[in-house]
Amino acid sequence: MRKTWDIHGGIHPAENKTQSLQSPLGSVPLAPELVLPLNQHIGKPALPLVAEGEQVLKGQLIARADGPISANLHAPTSGIIQSIEDRALPHPSGGSGPCIIIASDGNDTWTELEPCADFESADRNLLLDKIRAAGIAGMGGAGFPTAIKLNPRGNLTIDTLILNGTECEPYITADDILMQTRADEVIAGAMLLRHMLGNPEQVLIGVEDNKPDAIKALNDALATADNKAIEVVPFPTKYPSGGEKQLVQILTGREVPAGKLPADVGVVCQNVGSTVAAYRAVRFGEPLVSRITTVVGEALETQRNIEVPLGTPIGHVLQHHGFNASKVARLIMGGPMMGFTLETANVPVVKTTNCILAPSAKEMPEPPPAQACIRCGMCAEVCPANLLPQQLFWYSMAEDLEKLEAHNIADCIECGACSYVCPSNIPLVQYYRASKGTIRQHAIDKEKSDRSRARFEFRQVRMEKAEAEKEAKRKARKLAAEAAKKKMAAKQAAGVDKPKVEKADVLASAIAQAKSQDLSPEDQLAKLERAANSARSRLEKTHARAAAAEGEKKDAILARVKDAELKVQDTERKLAKFIEQTQSASAAEASTDKQEDVESPEKQPAAEPDAASAAIEKAKVKAAAQASMTPAEKLQQQLDSLKTRVEKARARLEKAEADNDENVEAFRTGLEKMQAKYEKLTLEQTNSQNDG
Amino acid sequence: MAFMKISSPHAHRPGTTGSVMQTVIISTVPGLIALSYFFGPGSLINVLTAGCMCMAFEAAVLKMRGRPIAFYLQDYSALLTGVLLGLALPPYCPWWIIAVGSLSAIVLAKQLYGGLGYNPFNPAMVGYVILLISFPVEMTQWAMPRTMLPEGQSLMGPLSAMSAVWAGAPIDAFTAATPLDVFKQNNSLLVEHLYDTQAVFSTARWAGAGWEWANMGFLFGGCYLLYRKIFTWHAPVSMLLALSFMAAIFNDGGSSHSGGSPLFHLLSGATMLGAFFIVTDPVTSATSNKGRMIYGASVGVLVYLIRTWGNYPDAVAFAVLLLNFAAPFIDYYTLPRTYGHDKPRRATEKEEDA
Repeated sequence: MRKTWDIHGGIHPAENKTQSLQSPLGSVPLAPELVLPLNQHIGKPALPLVAEGEQVLKGQLIARADGPISANLHAPTSGIIQSIEDRALPHPSGGSGPCIIIASDGNDTWTELEPCADFESADRNLLLDKIRAAGIAGMGGAGFPTAIKLNPRGNLTIDTLILNGTECEPYITADDILMQTRADEVIAGAMLLRHMLGNPEQVLIGVEDNKPDAIKALNDALATADNKAIEVVPFPTKYPSGGEKQLVQILTGREVPAGKLPADVGVVCQNVGSTVAAYRAVRFGEPLVSRITTVVGEALETQRNIEVPLGTPIGHVLQHHGFNASKVARLIMGGPMMGFTLETANVPVVKTTNCILAPSAKEMPEPPPAQACIRCGMCAEVCPANLLPQQLFWYSMAEDLEKLEAHNIADCIECGACSYVCPSNIPLVQYYRASKGTIRQHAIDKEKSDRSRARFEFRQVRMEKAEAEKEAKRKARKLAAEAAKKKMAAKQAAGVDKPKVEKADVLASAIAQAKSQDLSPEDQLAKLERAANSARSRLEKTHARAAAAEGEKKDAILARVKDAELKVQDTERKLAKFIEQTQSASAAEASTDKQEDVESPEKQPAAEPDAASAAIEKAKVKAAAQASMTPAEKLQQQLDSLKTRVEKARARLEKAEADNDENVEAFRTGLEKMQAKYEKLTLEQTNSQNDG
Repeated sequence: MAFMKISSPHAHRPGTTGSVMQTVIISTVPGLIALSYFFGPGSLINVLTAGCMCMAFEAAVLKMRGRPIAFYLQDYSALLTGVLLGLALPPYCPWWIIAVGSLSAIVLAKQLYGGLGYNPFNPAMVGYVILLISFPVEMTQWAMPRTMLPEGQSLMGPLSAMSAVWAGAPIDAFTAATPLDVFKQNNSLLVEHLYDTQAVFSTARWAGAGWEWANMGFLFGGCYLLYRKIFTWHAPVSMLLALSFMAAIFNDGGSSHSGGSPLFHLLSGATMLGAFFIVTDPVTSATSNKGRMIYGASVGVLVYLIRTWGNYPDAVAFAVLLLNFAAPFIDYYTLPRTYGHDKPRRATEKEEDA
């Protein structure tokens, strides 16, 4: 007898397995409509590949996996795609999700399959691809994509392959009957997986000792094949020894570290149903389109196991087993310990449906109301994870998330053993599920707020840096200015005479600047020509861009085109004017050539039509006039100019009033202001006259 | 049609909290029989009266709290508290002692904290301690065992017992010091001589007339509860072992300063009642098995300390109450090691130590 270890705790609920083993493996007639949820596995939902109205064959790929953690979906029978829509899902939440609905045509025609007779010589990756393509997920109830489990990370060596034939939950006998009737396929599947995992040292099939027929069938198959690589290991019946972590402990004595996978301790664990499905996928090319499901409960006339196509509505199955809706206490998908209730029978069979349980009220009475927790500790005695469920319960009630995490609530496998034994009938697992959800949500919120805080802090730092840089620049400028000042002062002290800068001198410097820009006529011509050319080329470019652009941009670019055109006109005009002027100037020069010696010095300043020098002349005259005026004359001049301006303003206001301009008020106030100023100055004049 | 929506698991083991409490109450019967045989109907009257009073007080408080009375009384916790209180009180004590004790136990120590499961202190022990401190005279008048009765006198009959309890008839003729009292007051005699001279010891087999059989009765009941897996062995066995250990160390070879032999301590006073019915009270004791061992052992040590060097002859109630204070603290540091983890965690840590 091979050594087995024992798990902590565990319970022995009534097995109730004989009801479904009285009849052989059966089947139900094909349902007219098959509903296939796109998500029947752990991971992202599959993406549909078919469209409404499309004809599909049995086994045809109708939805492909989305990413590595996802699974393909195949048509379980031939027919037409009726629709792709939301339907009620077989999920504890009772929610709905996208499903592909197939209207079966009754022919059940297979699509073309690719069998592979000898997998021992096939490449491991090819086999993995076949299993992945077949859409196989964990059929024991978890639904984890099998191809990922069979491809552990490169640094992990697998020394043990475990096939999980435990089926510890009461009522369920799907794996039992599979092992009894298809033991050879189980063995073949085990050899396939063994080959794929690089021939681990041990291949163990764990079966509870309440399945003597299955154990015998497996051992017979091994004897017939003379297979020494695989060992069937029976061990004492206890719930929940079928949990992956618990089975690893029972068969190898190793504990899977918290938060890690069995692969991290060198073990890969696969359900026997998934193994057979993987074998059929490789050997016969059959994708996962049906499964064995136990249909059991006192509210049914017939209780047995059936091989049922995926997507078959539960209602259809129940109908063909003599379902008595008035007798049933509740409808459960799964077993009595971990199964979830279905509110409606209008949901389909999926890859993880291992049992449909329809108990009568006598079989499964309504739970009595919960009493107070007296901390008796019976829950702690049966917990397979060695937790303190009573403490988890108290902290769940208090919503003390920190204490819950310190008590390792994350390690709870939700097996239900604690609730099973609780004398106060407290639904403990419900509390833990709720708390786990709260903790998960808190973690998400915390991460979000942490990121926001990081962004905020970074922004603060960035702004401070910018401020600091500005400060530094300001300081640098100040220092430079001071240095320049010092230099100037030093220069002054050294005796370089710099005349006081007066208004007239400003004027003189402006004149000097303008004069320095006086280019020779040829250079000026060249400059103007250059300007005209560049304006023209800019116009062309903008035209091109306008042609290429569209929508709003086009409008903006069209505006720019307009600008460019104006500029071109402007520059060409200037050029033309200059040419004209030079021509007239040269003509004038030519005509006055004879009088050149006498008149040219006077003519030359007049022949320069520079707007700049003209303005400068004007300003010069005004400044000279200003300099020669007395204060009284200045005041008089101001009054005169103000008077004319007031007249103008009054005229403008009258015009505005006549036109009913909206800026009438502005004109009026302007006029009033000017008048006030005029009066003030008049008074000033009078005063000064009186004084003088 | 819509089917019922219920959370898993859908199967349940037969049995309720009420059945657990009933089993415990029934296990006190052997001890009660021994007490009644040796001391008369006093304990039985106490038990019945306390039981009824506790249920009445619980019903009254539940009514005030607006709770369904029948549902809450069905868990038999009030009855159990009454039984334990009745067993702890001296036989033939006045009815008002029982009343005050029941009131303190049920209303003060249990319902005011929120009812069953929410009380930090053992209700029966709180009731006992309040009485002991408030009414020392009545609480130290213990009955004389059958073997010590003078010639011709028999134990009190039911009628005279009822008159003693309800009508306040004096019971001096029927009282005697308990073995623990005797030991406490002894300064001069060697233990051997004490055993020879004092009637309470000379008429007994192991440790004190009447009391030894009462303790044996409770031990028997406790073993039955262990067999029925109502509680685990950790708390009671730790307590008894710790008490024996302390007594063995300080036995002093049986001198006049001795605190008493281990056998004496195990079979005197409320030791066995305490070990199997008080220390194992799940609501107020530690949660994990490791915690329960520490809890039980500490109770044992404290019982010996207070008995030998404290002011009171018997100390189970005080020791238990002191450890009730400490139970949450013990819980923080005695978590079991969870599957998949290297070490046990502490309840106070924010993150697991790497």
